[in-house]
Amino acid sequence: MAATAATRRRGSLLRSISSSKVLLLMCLPAVAFFVVFNYAPLPGIWIAFTNFNYREGIFGSPFIGLRNFEFLIRSGQLWLLTRNTVLYNLAFIVIGNILQISLAIMLNEVRMKYFKKVSQTLMFLPYFISVVLIGVIAFNVLNYDTGALNALIKATGGDPIKIYSMAGIWPFIIVLVFLWQSTGYGSIVYFAAIMGIDKTLFEAAAIDGASAWQRIRYVILPSLKPTFIILLLFALGGIMSGNFGLFWNLIGNNAALYSTTDIIETSVYRMVVSQNNFTTSTAVGLYQSIFGFALVMLANWFVRRVNKDYALF
Amino acid sequence: MHSSETTAPGALEMVTVVESEERPRRRPRRERPRTIKLTAGDYALRGVSYVVVSLFALFCALPFVLIISASFSSESEILRSGFGLLPKGFTLTAYEFIFRAPRQIIGSYVVTVTMTVLGTAIGLFIISMTGFALYRKDFPFRNHISFFIYFTTLFSAGLAPTFLWVSRTLGLRGSYLAVFLPLLMTPWLIILMKNFMRTVPYEIIESGKVDGAGDFRIFVQLALPMMKPALATVGLFLALGYWNEWYLSSLYLGSSVEFKPLQYHLYNIINTANALRNSVAGSNVVVTDLPSNTLKMASAVVATGPILLAYPFVQKYFVSGITVGAVKG
Repeated sequence: MAATAATRRRGSLLRSISSSKVLLLMCLPAVAFFVVFNYAPLPGIWIAFTNFNYREGIFGSPFIGLRNFEFLIRSGQLWLLTRNTVLYNLAFIVIGNILQISLAIMLNEVRMKYFKKVSQTLMFLPYFISVVLIGVIAFNVLNYDTGALNALIKATGGDPIKIYSMAGIWPFIIVLVFLWQSTGYGSIVYFAAIMGIDKTLFEAAAIDGASAWQRIRYVILPSLKPTFIILLLFALGGIMSGNFGLFWNLIGNNAALYSTTDIIETSVYRMVVSQNNFTTSTAVGLYQSIFGFALVMLANWFVRRVNKDYALF
Repeated sequence: MHSSETTAPGALEMVTVVESEERPRRRPRRERPRTIKLTAGDYALRGVSYVVVSLFALFCALPFVLIISASFSSESEILRSGFGLLPKGFTLTAYEFIFRAPRQIIGSYVVTVTMTVLGTAIGLFIISMTGFALYRKDFPFRNHISFFIYFTTLFSAGLAPTFLWVSRTLGLRGSYLAVFLPLLMTPWLIILMKNFMRTVPYEIIESGKVDGAGDFRIFVQLALPMMKPALATVGLFLALGYWNEWYLSSLYLGSSVEFKPLQYHLYNIINTANALRNSVAGSNVVVTDLPSNTLKMASAVVATGPILLAYPFVQKYFVSGITVGAVKG
């Protein structure tokens, strides 16, 4: 019985393949791409459990079990990187969403067409340019000798400050740069959601004599709630991954700032590029992948409970 | 556009692309009842909105003004009093330095423009073809392949194994291919394309099938012409990915190629003293004569200029990228 069912299934599989061979061929380049660049490197994860050296290769290097992870935990490095990554992401998510929603509400109040167009053009611009330019901007504003900020301080009679050696100030700078870069573009989603609100709701609110604040509180904010919850959950799912380009172009190899600015991805990049340290970097990367995967799954499970239609799978 | 990938998929399906100024075309402008009087609170909110939106827009534009002003400033003035909002001692010296020995910057432009044009064309072809196949309800493997592509965003080998694989096993270290190939597509762009595809009426495909057209012909002759907005949006993100690329170059190219992609060239100019000197090599300058501060700023302007000029024309596709967004895979 089972055998016939299996052959029947195999027969129908062959039939599906032959009936859709053109569509399969059309997917082939993309599938090959992801095999080569995403699936093929996966076995390399084994490096995390070895004392890797080039000569013996990935599977020839001595197996040392979990010792790489033990080292990372005992040195406190893993904790520092996790703390920084998670705290930065939380700040980005919380402050970012509050500002995006506020900006969207205010953009909705703006009636002059050209004012709206010009201001939106300017607000999306930072998201459009490369992160390298953001590094240039930071240099222009913050460097000790000629930076615009120190120029301003000197012009008003103050003493210039060495911003690139003050670790404590950088969380604020990084969050500010992140907000500068992404608030405008991120507000589009909320703005579109506000535009999608049924206009009769606003009219009804006005007839009932709702104040401006009440209109926001009881009409706009409740309508944004589904968008907000879903965006929030997915953002929390990505809390272990960073914003590598931004951090690297602001901080780079400035060791004086690591304690407050080093995140998982900058640390892994530095290990690979400057130190050729493949064992520790693979271990950290694996830790990030596993936790990230679990968090996305958890977020998706929550989204599914909130609204099935928006779940990823 | 690495960061756009982190935008949550799913949530965006509920919003449609609505721009208020496009509405009056469909509706008479005065449809909103004029009987509703604005209260003092409404006016206050509106006033505050204008002020805050203006300030934020200025805040976003300010750094660009700083860079451009600095690039036109004289080095000695900058060394004396620092960067400011207005050019100090207006001069074109920094630009003269760049264009006196333009070999480096022209080489970088050729590399970046070639990669952008080729990569966008090839990437767009593969992505639209895949998006078309995954949109077909009669394609029995659509869910399997969708998941196969989507899974790569959930779990990855991480940087170190990928780096070893690409540079050692594939042997692409020092090759432009190591930069060119990985940027051809992302799962996010394939899903975006598939979502856009929903605007193509399914009957069109069925009518093609009834007429006996093959799947590839249906794609080229019937679907593609209807996908222009999708192609424009996905193409923009691909082009932006190539134009703004510095990361893969820093991993795989290093200093092994003579002409670096534009943004990586800029990255080096900002971060290493040697690169700055080499960027104007051949002009026989004494190192101390180099206007290093203003030269950095002028290099940034030269490397960013074209994309800023293109920006107003492509902005609407940039916006539809986030509003159409990515729905489940």
